[in-house]
Amino acid sequence: MSIITKILYAIISVIVATIWGLTLGGIVRKLYARVHGRYGPPFWQPFIDIFKNHGKRVAISHGYMFYLGPVFRLAGGLGTYLFIPVIFGSVVFSNFSMAGDLLLVMYFVFFGQLGMALGAGEGGHPYSPIGVARGLSQMSSFEVPFSLSVIAIAIQYHTLNITDIVAAQQGGILNWTLFTNPLAVIAAMISMLGMNMHSPFSIVLAPQEIPIGPPIEMNSSFLATLQTNRGLFGAAKLVLFMNLYFGGAAHPNIFVALLIMIAKTFLIYMFSVFVGAAFPRFRPEQSIRFFLKWPTLIGIASIILVAYF
Amino acid sequence: MNKKDIKNIEKEMKLANEGLTEKERTLFSDARPSKVDLQNKYFEKFFNWARSQSLWFLGYGTGCGAIELRPLMTSRFDIFRYGIAPRPSPRQSSVFIIGGYASIKTIKRIVRSYEQMQGPKFVIALGSCTINGGMYYDSYYTINRLDHYIPVDIYVAGCMPRPEALIAGFQKLKKMIIAGKCDGMNKYAENFDWYKKNQKKIIKDWNMPDYNW
Repeated sequence: MSIITKILYAIISVIVATIWGLTLGGIVRKLYARVHGRYGPPFWQPFIDIFKNHGKRVAISHGYMFYLGPVFRLAGGLGTYLFIPVIFGSVVFSNFSMAGDLLLVMYFVFFGQLGMALGAGEGGHPYSPIGVARGLSQMSSFEVPFSLSVIAIAIQYHTLNITDIVAAQQGGILNWTLFTNPLAVIAAMISMLGMNMHSPFSIVLAPQEIPIGPPIEMNSSFLATLQTNRGLFGAAKLVLFMNLYFGGAAHPNIFVALLIMIAKTFLIYMFSVFVGAAFPRFRPEQSIRFFLKWPTLIGIASIILVAYF
Repeated sequence: MNKKDIKNIEKEMKLANEGLTEKERTLFSDARPSKVDLQNKYFEKFFNWARSQSLWFLGYGTGCGAIELRPLMTSRFDIFRYGIAPRPSPRQSSVFIIGGYASIKTIKRIVRSYEQMQGPKFVIALGSCTINGGMYYDSYYTINRLDHYIPVDIYVAGCMPRPEALIAGFQKLKKMIIAGKCDGMNKYAENFDWYKKNQKKIIKDWNMPDYNW
């Protein structure tokens, strides 16, 4: 396949993922509203917000890094997404998946946050560094159980290629990692709670303590870029979890496969939404201690179980 | 006009920032706000629609009006269904709600927050105090007319207006935005000297830049 076709397919795939990620965000806002006993905003509200922010007539900047922050963040989201095969066996949605892409994806999950930290720091608002410090420390702590879980499935399937991991899970629901290696899935799902930053782990954007945290100085198009990335990055993480633990999305008909992808990612996301709607927020030190305690132990247990039993 | 004249005019156009010390002046911008021309007609129509459907407001609880903002966000009045949401940062919000009387101490913060908002920006003045001073009309420390200090798009009269009145004000604001009638940002830039004169007349301890970028 020529590189032009490949790029064209990647663009289609990115657009689909961004639209789905933003719609999912809108649906979740609606769900939270229903839990609170409200009607809530329409599910297309995130799109209107992005249009509005792009349509602002002025945008104040604080320097070069301030420009680069949102760009790095979007590059992190794109990088994460572009190396994950979305639909198993599909040419259009296979993206740039290759041998060892799992390591690259794990790196890209970190990359955007680090870039954003530099950009937000240049804004000069005191809440930005507080949010960045909280975000980076929480990220380092939830990466521990997640990495342990990824190591466990790398040992289990003898590969670091996401496509191969999905292929190994085909042929029935009992072949999913969820059933073949449940401890790794539990550790990863708990670390996903931190990744999606709903409560009790919403300490970074905590609106009542440090109003919106790191992006507080981001305005106009800078903010719109970050919002676009939130849709794309959110979808990318969910697709990654679907591929690693829930059998991926595979069907000869691509539209059915897309529907499977949408249903699975929706249900995976609902896990953190249910927890988020039910629990209040942790303090930063509580959140970090939590991740370094039970999920980490479960992750180590999953590795031992896979490697020696 | 020769180059020297242009330089002189540019020098005059710069803000003096007299409220700051010599050392601080280098840290702040001394450029004046400028009028921003509208984009293509069709783009502007589309963006006006988007602006009206996504109003992020910065609630400035100067007086008793702040108490009317809380019920808007909870289940009884639920303002989110109209695409309106609170936003804690002036950089990101597009509507500025002045919740009641403004004392001289708070008008300084109001001016500062208003100037930090990114245009197009809209102002809703809540309660009679912002129109003519209301029950504080003869107070020694409150201003009487808010629109002498920042441009106001919508007044919601009452003492205090109920949340329904505020929602009605928001709906009126939406209609005005779609019609392209809310241009407070350019109005502020065009009449900058007049607004500054009024602000400096009452704010005696002016220790901030003349325009807060």
